[in-house]
Amino acid sequence: MSPTPPNNVSVFWAIACAALATYGLRLGGLLLSERLPKNGGFKKFMEALPGTILLSLVAPGIVSAGVLGGTAAFATALCAWKTKNVFAAMVVGMGIVAIGRLI
Amino acid sequence: MIEEIRRGAVANLPVGASVAAYGSVLGMLAAQKGITWLQLLAMNLSVFAGSAQFVMVEMWVPPLPVVEMTLAVLIINMRYLLIGASLQPVFAGKSLFHKAAVMHLVADENWAVTMAAHRNRGVSTGFLLGGGICLCSIWSMGTLLGHQLGALVTQPERFALDFAFVAVFTALTVSLWRGKADILPWVFAGILAILAERWLPGKWYIVIGGVGGALVPVAQHLVGRYNSSLACANRQSLEEIE
Repeated sequence: MSPTPPNNVSVFWAIACAALATYGLRLGGLLLSERLPKNGGFKKFMEALPGTILLSLVAPGIVSAGVLGGTAAFATALCAWKTKNVFAAMVVGMGIVAIGRLI
Repeated sequence: MIEEIRRGAVANLPVGASVAAYGSVLGMLAAQKGITWLQLLAMNLSVFAGSAQFVMVEMWVPPLPVVEMTLAVLIINMRYLLIGASLQPVFAGKSLFHKAAVMHLVADENWAVTMAAHRNRGVSTGFLLGGGICLCSIWSMGTLLGHQLGALVTQPERFALDFAFVAVFTALTVSLWRGKADILPWVFAGILAILAERWLPGKWYIVIGGVGGALVPVAQHLVGRYNSSLACANRQSLEEIE
């Protein structure tokens, strides 16, 4: 559908560079962590990080999804909290958005 | 090991459903950009990072801006540096080869599922790998299905498929909640991420919010230590007076 498809060489490099960058970060983080301190303030930092990263990934998306998105995200969070079931929570969230858009 | 791989794969199946949903959206976008299914599959298997692939497809206009694309991927995936570091307890005592082999299939979802399971019972790298294999297969199938259906489903937003990403990450975030101590770091992370997303270009908000929020307990720790050393010094000076 695109007018002139990009040549194969640039496609190769685009994908290869993205793959190398991503893999380097994945493995680099793990290998670096062994040289970092494992107590005190740094330990607190690493323990808090999983939650704050995921939240940062999703928070702007919820805000930009408007009132409907906010309501759906709240229902998703509540369902995930009560049932511990990620799939059920997701269905609730997507269902609210789909119905909301239909109306 | 096989048993742990199986367990990890099963534990990631619920999350996999939504991965398939937003994978199909990516596939549709890729088809519109003229990306072939083989190129898409190569991207899935070698990059294997949802949000980065979305941005790559968005930037996919010939002549391909390879340098800008790589920079964008680096910034979005900067969080993997932190994700990799946080997996250190799971990988403790494993060989370099083992680490290099398993780390490729670490995505946000199987990482979050593994971290939550690790807090409850302690899991091995097999659990993480099983989740990765499960998600990579589902991700590839979802994107390729979307690529094929691209012409048929013209409005994926009618089925809320675009919201699948937000929904699954909201649910996963809740699974990482540790209790009241998380309130302040999370509020701080959320505010920082929203502000950074609004005022800074690209995807810096993920790293800024994540690091900023996680610094809150560090600050609390340092203040606590300062206060206790202050109290200690006070006690000493009182004793000297006596």
